[in-house]
Amino acid sequence: MILEGTAREIAHAVNAREVSAVELADAMAERIAERDGAVGAYLARTSELARAQALRVDAAIRDGKTFPLAGVPLALKDNMCLEGSPTTCGSKILGNWVAPYTATAVQRLLDAGATPLGKTNLDEFAMGSSCENSALGRTRNPWDLGRVPGGSSGGSVAAVAAGEATVALGSDTGGSIREPAAFCGVVGFKPTYGRVSRYGLIAFASSLDQIGPISKTVEDAALVYDVMAGRDTMDATTAERDVEQTSLGLREDLRGVRIGIVAEFGLDKLEPAVRAVYERAYADLERLGAQLVEVSLPTADYGVATYYLVAPAECSSNLARFDGMRYGLRVERPDVVATYEATRAAGFGDEVKRRILIGTYALSSGYYDAYYVRAQKARTLIAADFAKAFASCDAIACPAAASPAFEFNAKSDPVSMYLMDYYTVPMSLAGLPSLSVPCGYVKPAGAAGPLPLGLELSTPLFAERSLLNIAHAYERATRHLEAERIPLLSSAVSA
Amino acid sequence: MEEAKAAVVINGTPYEAVMGIECHVELKTETKMFCGCLNIFGAEPNTNVCPVCLGLPGALPVPNQLALELMLKAGLAFGADIPAFSKFDRKNYFYPDMPKNYQISQFDMPLTQGGTVTFWLDDGTQGSCRLTRIHMEEDTGKSTHASHDGRIAGSTYSLVDFNRAGVPLMECVSEPDIRDAASAVAYLEALKRTFVALGVSDVKMEEGSLRCDVNLSLRPLGATEYGTKAEIKNMNSFNSVGRAIESEIARQAAILESGGRIVQETRGWDEAAGVTHSMRNKEQAHDYRYFPDPDLTPMEFARHDIERLRSELGPLPQARLDRLILEDKLSVVQAHQIVDKPGLAGFYEAAAEASARPQATVNFLLGDLSRLANETGVAVSASGVTPQALAELIELTEAGAINSKTAKDLIARLWSAGGSPKTIVEAEGLGQVSDSGAIDALVAEILAANEKTVTDYRAGKGKVMGFLVGQVMKQSRGKANPQLAEERLRAALGDGGGSGT
Repeated sequence: MILEGTAREIAHAVNAREVSAVELADAMAERIAERDGAVGAYLARTSELARAQALRVDAAIRDGKTFPLAGVPLALKDNMCLEGSPTTCGSKILGNWVAPYTATAVQRLLDAGATPLGKTNLDEFAMGSSCENSALGRTRNPWDLGRVPGGSSGGSVAAVAAGEATVALGSDTGGSIREPAAFCGVVGFKPTYGRVSRYGLIAFASSLDQIGPISKTVEDAALVYDVMAGRDTMDATTAERDVEQTSLGLREDLRGVRIGIVAEFGLDKLEPAVRAVYERAYADLERLGAQLVEVSLPTADYGVATYYLVAPAECSSNLARFDGMRYGLRVERPDVVATYEATRAAGFGDEVKRRILIGTYALSSGYYDAYYVRAQKARTLIAADFAKAFASCDAIACPAAASPAFEFNAKSDPVSMYLMDYYTVPMSLAGLPSLSVPCGYVKPAGAAGPLPLGLELSTPLFAERSLLNIAHAYERATRHLEAERIPLLSSAVSA
Repeated sequence: MEEAKAAVVINGTPYEAVMGIECHVELKTETKMFCGCLNIFGAEPNTNVCPVCLGLPGALPVPNQLALELMLKAGLAFGADIPAFSKFDRKNYFYPDMPKNYQISQFDMPLTQGGTVTFWLDDGTQGSCRLTRIHMEEDTGKSTHASHDGRIAGSTYSLVDFNRAGVPLMECVSEPDIRDAASAVAYLEALKRTFVALGVSDVKMEEGSLRCDVNLSLRPLGATEYGTKAEIKNMNSFNSVGRAIESEIARQAAILESGGRIVQETRGWDEAAGVTHSMRNKEQAHDYRYFPDPDLTPMEFARHDIERLRSELGPLPQARLDRLILEDKLSVVQAHQIVDKPGLAGFYEAAAEASARPQATVNFLLGDLSRLANETGVAVSASGVTPQALAELIELTEAGAINSKTAKDLIARLWSAGGSPKTIVEAEGLGQVSDSGAIDALVAEILAANEKTVTDYRAGKGKVMGFLVGQVMKQSRGKANPQLAEERLRAALGDGGGSGT
């Protein structure tokens, strides 16, 4: 069935009128109804918007037009605005807010023919690494329903992994696309900061947030990226640079490519089974013709500490607008200040409050220089370390996460959760393009079945084409996604 | 440097008032600072709004380049420095009419630094005040509180209009160089006329497009330390700024006189009561947690862009005023009247140059021409009178070729029909009659026709001479030289004084 196909295959079939966008939208809506009770990927289904869009696409195709994403079923992380859709950020504070406008990146996918099936779950305001911080529901990892999907883009990643969407959009601030993609065995790609417009993405940390694709193949990620990347007059931080087409003519070997292995990210810290998967991944890169070189990122160890000052500082200001005055939840009290306090106390969850407090403190007079300014300096040093490392390599390879998906409530201490971002945060601070591609499986005792791991690949700023090329060659040679069946899907298909 | 003068004497010691002024000026741009919504005053509430200026989740600001250029021009007009690098910061505080609960502003890297504002006072002296900086801010929405006096206290609800939210504001901060109310008002007027000339703002205090706060303290004359200051707000005209300053000087002086201490606080001006009242004191000061706005990239200004803006400044009102007062010897009041009327300065300069008679030019401009402009609602520069025509008219009058009555009539004709005064005077024979023979004939006619008046005159009623001159003028259809007519009348009546004794 074409519903199992990649975005490229689906778009081809719809453009060729072998199947209509409406048929696909209906079939996918039906599948979501069947499966999502178990997975919980979606917070809201937008079947009517999807159907209306599919009808428009079908009509245009009958008029002879073609679309790069014709009829491709799309899931959107619920921190992105889609006009007419409830938009919650996984928080109670937005109440029943319905977005009155559409995010630029989303609009570009719609213009390319994709059909928006729904809005997916996330850690509240994208703050978290397991999706457990959502105030609105639990998303389960399709590989093992007792485990987290990762976060914060847990819903989008679970939707693609469970076949409830062909592609999805996530947002990545410190690893929120890459870590869950690794946990759910799909491709998750964070482009260079400034490549994809943030207009309509509800801000967590403005200097780090970046929208990116989640897909079953690197080629699909490239296809979605090509459609949405580029300057947007509504976002002053988008780069004034031409975007190279990445989805056409991707190479399938790595001859002449130098891959940096980070000395400070030594695999000896990992569980033996996990370590074995990454050792084999590095060996596979070499087998494909890449030259492995050791590089050093001496300041990378400060990544998490730096990130957890910069991101909360920005979030403390970005989330100030949620005050019960103009939209969303309002807990009425006799005066304005009491209403603010009651609304925010009731509307935000613990992790969001924790970060607002940390950020407010870091920006306070008397502490600003010691925390915020120092963190910005560390950020500059981390970026400089990457620039130095890229003098001797074309890309850096490392684990996307130190472990496979963990069980619910396994990380109740916030710092242990923050450390999940260890391998992803340095690239975010440096603004680099970075992705996670499936690289193998481990089968821990007690797990329902195999659990996927992700290889993180990163390249210099704006070197998306090189990044996608390397990831594509690796994926085509290893075919890890095809190696194992997701237990959930086996049972769903047999049911 | 001005000579220090005492504002007030307190228990025998002369004190001076020290003032710095912060002005918020709304820019006259077509659209708002960070979105494409219209920037207009007086529209239906919440009609010029969008996701950006409403601060909806996910919306992002994009700077209005024209607004930035206008602010740079404002600085350049006063000789300010434009740093090569500037940035936007967020000022964080909660207020219901501020959509994002932070205001995009500038903290430590303003658009312009330094500069000096010079101004003329009505007594003919010149003053100056240094600028500290000019920086950009976005305006907030406007709250209307449902209470009997419009204040938030006691109101049952408040309404917010976001049409003003995101309107570009320019904040001009002065150094504490001002010493008296007249200089404060002259400083504000100097800002206003420059901003209007540059098209930066229409500077209407009553519409809120200029709001100013005055920081005022007293100190013994000669002291170098500043006294404790109060910040005065809520003045809605230049006149009330002057009154508020006088009132605040008196209030602080009275406190010092009775041995009290000034409290650092914000005070609101009560226009009706003519006094300032306390609004809040410094202990409630906010920590605004300024930090660079990550949604906006830092600004870099290239030398050639700055030079282009400088070349676009055009003639500045301050330079014009200096020339009018120092070279043309106009009074300060006249010079201000000429420069502050749109289009009048250019007209004046052309006419004064053509006639080489600045005082006569200004008399016509501020007299007959301004009256006609008021009566007809047409600007002088849009009327049928050209600067060249006015210069000809002045030439004819000064040469005695036409009398003042004819000049007045001619101006009214030119106003609506245009044309050259010389040509009209020649073609219609409107030249002044200064031939004694011709006038004597008229005098004889008038005396013969007014026997009773002649008798009165001879009986000592000297003031009937005016009537007789008027009759001669009327008979000549206004052309007779009035001085000559009176002279010939007296001669005909056989005396030189007319006292009749």
